[in-house]
Amino acid sequence: MARILSILVGLFFTVALAWSFGKGAYTQITEPPAATAEHEFHLHPKEVHFASDGAFGKFDRQQLQRGFQVYKEVCSACHSLSHVAFRDLAQLGYSEAEVKAIAAGFTVPGTDPNTGEANTRPGTPTDYFPKPFANDIAARAANNNAVPPDLSLMAKARHDGPAYIYSLLTGFTEQPAELLKEFPEAKTPSGLHYNPYFANLNLAMAPPLAADGQVTYGDGTKSTVDQMAKDVSAFLIWTAEPKLEKRKQTGWTVLGFLLFATILGYMSYRNIWAGTKH
Amino acid sequence: MSFPWANEYTPSHPFMKWMDEKLPLPRLVYNSVGSGYPVPRNLNYFWNFGFLALICLVIQIVTGIVMAMHYAANTAVAFDTIEMTVRDVNWGWLFRYGHANGASAFFVVIYIHIFRGFYYGSYKAPREMVWLLGVVIFLLMMATAFMGYVLPWGQMSFWGAKVITGLFGAIPFVGEPLQQWLLGGFAPDNAALNRFFSLHYLLPFVIVGVVILHIWALHIPGSSNPTGVEVKSESDTVPFYPYYIAKDGWAVGAFAILFAAAVFFFPNALGHPDNYIPANPMSTPAHIVPEWYFWPFYAILRAFTQDFFFIPAKLMGVLAMFGAILVWFFLPWLDKSPVRSGSYRPTYKKFFWFGLIPAMAVLFYCGGAAATEPYVMISQLAALYYFAHFLIILPVVSAIEKPLPLPYSITEAVLGKDEGAELAPAA
Amino acid sequence: MAEEDGVRRRDFINIAAVSAAGVAGVGVVIPLVSQMSASADVLAASSTEVDISAIQPGQAIKAVFRKQPVFVRNLTVKEIEEANKVDISSLRDPQTLAERTKEGKENWLITMGVCTHLGCVPLGAGEGENRGEFGGYFCPCHGSAYDTAARIRKGPAPKNLEVPAYEFTTDTVVKIG
Repeated sequence: MARILSILVGLFFTVALAWSFGKGAYTQITEPPAATAEHEFHLHPKEVHFASDGAFGKFDRQQLQRGFQVYKEVCSACHSLSHVAFRDLAQLGYSEAEVKAIAAGFTVPGTDPNTGEANTRPGTPTDYFPKPFANDIAARAANNNAVPPDLSLMAKARHDGPAYIYSLLTGFTEQPAELLKEFPEAKTPSGLHYNPYFANLNLAMAPPLAADGQVTYGDGTKSTVDQMAKDVSAFLIWTAEPKLEKRKQTGWTVLGFLLFATILGYMSYRNIWAGTKH
Repeated sequence: MSFPWANEYTPSHPFMKWMDEKLPLPRLVYNSVGSGYPVPRNLNYFWNFGFLALICLVIQIVTGIVMAMHYAANTAVAFDTIEMTVRDVNWGWLFRYGHANGASAFFVVIYIHIFRGFYYGSYKAPREMVWLLGVVIFLLMMATAFMGYVLPWGQMSFWGAKVITGLFGAIPFVGEPLQQWLLGGFAPDNAALNRFFSLHYLLPFVIVGVVILHIWALHIPGSSNPTGVEVKSESDTVPFYPYYIAKDGWAVGAFAILFAAAVFFFPNALGHPDNYIPANPMSTPAHIVPEWYFWPFYAILRAFTQDFFFIPAKLMGVLAMFGAILVWFFLPWLDKSPVRSGSYRPTYKKFFWFGLIPAMAVLFYCGGAAATEPYVMISQLAALYYFAHFLIILPVVSAIEKPLPLPYSITEAVLGKDEGAELAPAA
Repeated sequence: MAEEDGVRRRDFINIAAVSAAGVAGVGVVIPLVSQMSASADVLAASSTEVDISAIQPGQAIKAVFRKQPVFVRNLTVKEIEEANKVDISSLRDPQTLAERTKEGKENWLITMGVCTHLGCVPLGAGEGENRGEFGGYFCPCHGSAYDTAARIRKGPAPKNLEVPAYEFTTDTVVKIG
């Protein structure tokens, strides 16, 4: 009885699935899905390496400082960095006084101690990076209806994040002629910019790193677009995970100990079972 | 539980004697995970995964309590409190990554534990209660994991909450009010986040309770074993301590190495990048998927693309998804085979290795892929096999297949012969 | 003999394995304990700058330092005299006013607004509040009375109100912490 019932229930599900499969297959044959421009022209991020990659990776602090400079002079006009505080910059190798000076260079929202009204004041090390727009509506209004995303976690919030950031920054081009020939309706709308590394190929951000030398590096590194893109990507790896170095270092200690303990455990196991066939 | 030859707890220290008369906790430990618990001597490494699952539960509870110390269940700050934990709390990153990857580790272990049960027929009499309680634990784990994933209030958290509660909307007549009741609103918001946090903290302790019942029920007939032949005499068993403590102990070490490698070197490999974007109720991510451990069931949900007679496709998918797990409850009565272990069931064994395992693998893969062709069609075939396997193939095959000859006893299987076998009547 | 050695070696391995597990347990306890201590953002916020230019003699303000109140009081000449008149040896926690203020700025009495008994906020910093029988601060919880140098004079509190580390960055700005 139980078996008959079970076979009936089984048939119910399998027949329903076969029906779904059949209809799907039929549709697939009669109306094959049309190709899309995204499908054919979207590119995976470029291959790029950072000092922090790999199991022994460490941050290149000089590069992080350069990347921070790019963020400060270029990106921060539109993008917030809300999870990072100025005090965190000490980890990039800045001295306490330098951190203070950097913080003071930013204007953060404050409160007038006498009237209680909202005002602004220079930043202090405990402040977080200020947002360039008061809220999403203001951001949208100022940016052609697109909200510039916060960058603190960008390196973890996209597949292959650091390479994606680098590719996007260096990937702006003219729309390829083949694309327009094949998909005339996919022409980049005005106000958007073609970039094959962006999921739907057209994004609102104009190329932020437009020319070599846009930023003047203090350490004498030549600021090509490629270099600036790499540096700011490295900086964003750090903002997304400031504890990356500590994580990897701790990992080696833990793994080393566990390996030792497990070998001991295995020897002890062999020991106890010696003479007992199993 | 007791086999007549089980060691008897005999406290020698006066304090332990005193304790044994008042609160025989040491005796309980001795009889459940000590020398007083005889275990088949022939268990293979698949039998380590129950102990590992317990370790995972402990990891999750400990790291979870720590996470809760720094978390605030409010949509305005939930995302930020987790980031604060990772960035500013001492070792906060370790607890966050440990808890997130701990959930994955728990499911890896539990899937192996469950499929061990499928292959070796662990669900068969007299261990039906062990099995049923195990399925309950699995369901509780899924609920806990789902609600935990909502707490960081990232994009995947939000849309996961919306989509999964949306499943209940498929239920005829009561669906929509039910969904609203679950969320405490029209869409996931503070009410939902708070109750999910409350339940996410509660359910692990419910799991602990059911785990105790699961182990209790196991200790009545004792552990099963790879031959599926029940324990007959003392030479079939070894005491849990020190034999299986040592074996489980080093297995925990091996597990810890893999787990540490994930936590310290690939902490985000199993997570979805979109959950590092704060929840935005105005925009759905391009490709939403649940966490990997839900993929097979998610693939089954999406496999039903056509209305079936008067049943809408959405309802069919929901029925099938829940049905796919609920069917496990009936296994002890669907499997009619007189033999327990798959090793002695040639036909069933083939269906297991060449049917169920590939179908599960395909469902895992397709559940994580985009809902486009050919993945949907492939997952339809795999889901079809999945239901056929449990509801049609297993009952039929188990009734008609001719099992291989079984060893007389575990001792015979291990040593080649059992002295007691000549004296006893043929099995 | 050889067998005995073998047995000893085996025992040693088992003991070593259990010890390694113990070490691992201790290793796990370290982060578990450490995570509860103050986090980096809390520690970073532990200095406060206070503008004192508007505080007239006889007035006090409450500032916030480490999420707790700090009393910044501009003492009058009379209050200073009263404080200096007290016989130090008669005090429960003997300290002179000079020891509790900065040189040349003896009129600026900066103390934590936290009663040393059980942590209530004493009265006396606000306009018109009860300053107790010694004219300094008075804690309403259990009746501790502090004098004009915020020294404990009566009641259960064991110590004078704590003077936090601070410095004058200019004549009108004090940095506490």
